[in-house]
Amino acid sequence: MNTTAASLDTAEVAKFDAMAAEWWDAHGKFAPLHAMNPCRLDYITAQIAAEFGRDRSADRPFDGLRVLDIGCGGGLVAEPMARLGADVTGIDASETTVGVAATHAAGQGLNIDYRQITAEDLAASGAQFDGVLALEIIEHVAQPQAFLTTCAALTRPGGLTILSTLNRTPKSFAAAILGAEWVMRWLPKGTHDWSKFITPEEMEAMMTTAALDPVDRKGMVFAPLSGTWSLSDRDLGINYIVTAVKPA
Amino acid sequence: MTHDADVLIVGGGLNGPALALALAQTGLSSTVIDALPEDVRSGAGFDGRSYALALASVRMMRALGLWDDLADHAQPILEIKASDGRAGEGAAPFFLHFDHTELEEGPMGQMIEDRYLRRTLLDAMAAEPRITHRPGTRVVAQDTTGPATVTLEDCTTLTGRLLIGADGRQSGTAARAGIKRTGWDYGQTALVCAIGHELPHNGIAHQFFMPPGPLAILPLPGNRCSIVWSETHARAAQISALDDAAYLDVLRPRFGDFLGEISLTGARYSYPLKLSLAQAFVAPNLALVGDAAHGIHPIAGQGLNLGLRDVGALAEVLGAAKRRGEDFAALPVLERYQRWRRFDTTAMALGTDTVNRLFSNDNALLRAARDIGMGLVSATPALRRGFMRQAAGLTGDVPKLLRGERL
Repeated sequence: MNTTAASLDTAEVAKFDAMAAEWWDAHGKFAPLHAMNPCRLDYITAQIAAEFGRDRSADRPFDGLRVLDIGCGGGLVAEPMARLGADVTGIDASETTVGVAATHAAGQGLNIDYRQITAEDLAASGAQFDGVLALEIIEHVAQPQAFLTTCAALTRPGGLTILSTLNRTPKSFAAAILGAEWVMRWLPKGTHDWSKFITPEEMEAMMTTAALDPVDRKGMVFAPLSGTWSLSDRDLGINYIVTAVKPA
Repeated sequence: MTHDADVLIVGGGLNGPALALALAQTGLSSTVIDALPEDVRSGAGFDGRSYALALASVRMMRALGLWDDLADHAQPILEIKASDGRAGEGAAPFFLHFDHTELEEGPMGQMIEDRYLRRTLLDAMAAEPRITHRPGTRVVAQDTTGPATVTLEDCTTLTGRLLIGADGRQSGTAARAGIKRTGWDYGQTALVCAIGHELPHNGIAHQFFMPPGPLAILPLPGNRCSIVWSETHARAAQISALDDAAYLDVLRPRFGDFLGEISLTGARYSYPLKLSLAQAFVAPNLALVGDAAHGIHPIAGQGLNLGLRDVGALAEVLGAAKRRGEDFAALPVLERYQRWRRFDTTAMALGTDTVNRLFSNDNALLRAARDIGMGLVSATPALRRGFMRQAAGLTGDVPKLLRGERL
């Protein structure tokens, strides 16, 4: 179904407002995501601008580009993409989360197409996008290879898929054991299944199998003292982000 | 939603226009609301006021495209000599000596008169299509619970996404937002004036630490110096009441005769010295820069330089947020600026406060200790270069503009 702020009743909007406040509280439950967000956005915006030849100094550099955010949550990535001019579709498995995101976007004066639908169902409808974003989501997925095939189906020929997740290394294992919140946050609830993490090499092999060409990868490195994240060419030991192109 | 500008800046002094110019480089538009009429700002005569721009601030002027206009009127500070002294006794034998030849980056700073800096900023604002200047009007009300709205004296309403308070240590913007201030009175008043003298200063700045408070002598182009001289409030009031001849009679024994006969070459000013820190530099849709965030003791001439560092950091944070599509007026974005600047300014405020308390007294033991301390720093090149780099604004996490890079 297509959820917009207009289709929700007043009680629901009140509930969603409270939850949106939680999603968008930089010091609250989602603090790790807020801390990481500038780093992810720097990477994503640079990759999209480079691939589609957009001038980043323009006010709306992504005008006319269709972007899909899979597992959009409260809209921490969908909103910035919309602000940069993209036509954004945000999908999430949770009806509530989609309502929360739609309520917040309306308050920001942003027009974002939020839907409660699975990536598989959306792909089956034949929808395709210039850019498909799957951020901190594949570690929650039962069949990563099938998920990547779906991402490829949702990407138009000549378009991009950008995916971020956690590496399976002694370092990420240690961080998980130590309970580092920036790792724990993404562990599937109740399982803490570090063995489900995928290495960049495995990811690129699976992307290739899904007929996507990996073109770039970077580490995202957290500095606990300053609480900030930065991109790294060398350190992909815990968090990393990959860009793949679907051949035209 | 269409706004009058992306950013509304309250305060047309130095930091406000500098911020508007920096933001224009990131594609953000601004309206600068200035309490003073334009003809006051652009009055052509020398009024005796000037600034010591640290090297990093000079680089920022260059990155903002202003330095070419300023360079002809600026006096490079080639050396700094600091010494302990008592009126009538001259300088103590031990003194700190900083020579720019030890610093590969060149002169530690440049002296520039207020009139040139203001005129250059006004001209640059007028030439920038992303900036609207509203001189001669005051803000009477503001609302930052949503996008920023301000009401002017004539009942005009302006809206923007973000409100900036660049309106000095008695910031109405901060007060209207309910941001409390903390600080204290130093019990001193700074007397400021420009002096003409017979002998060349050779680009040397002097700081004499004297019991009532420090005396800074800063070289201006020609045979002129800007001086900042601190006295107790009561003594300063007496001195301010004197006529020019009597004023010079009080100054002469403090100043010494190393530059020959001295005379006044501009108006005299006095500023009570107070530390005033805003308890928060940001709130949703609002940020404070310069003295509105932190008014410090001007002992090391760091007030304007700290303000320009705020401007560089804030413009860089907002520009980066805009490029990645974030809501740049949202608190999480503004908090990046606060984290960046708060440590620096608090350290500087406490640092200058400690230096002032240590030097503004006549205790014989302290006097001997600080003479030895200054001698030690002076004799240790690495320590001395460290001080110089700090004073030049080259230490810490330096914003791009202050490294001379455009945004």
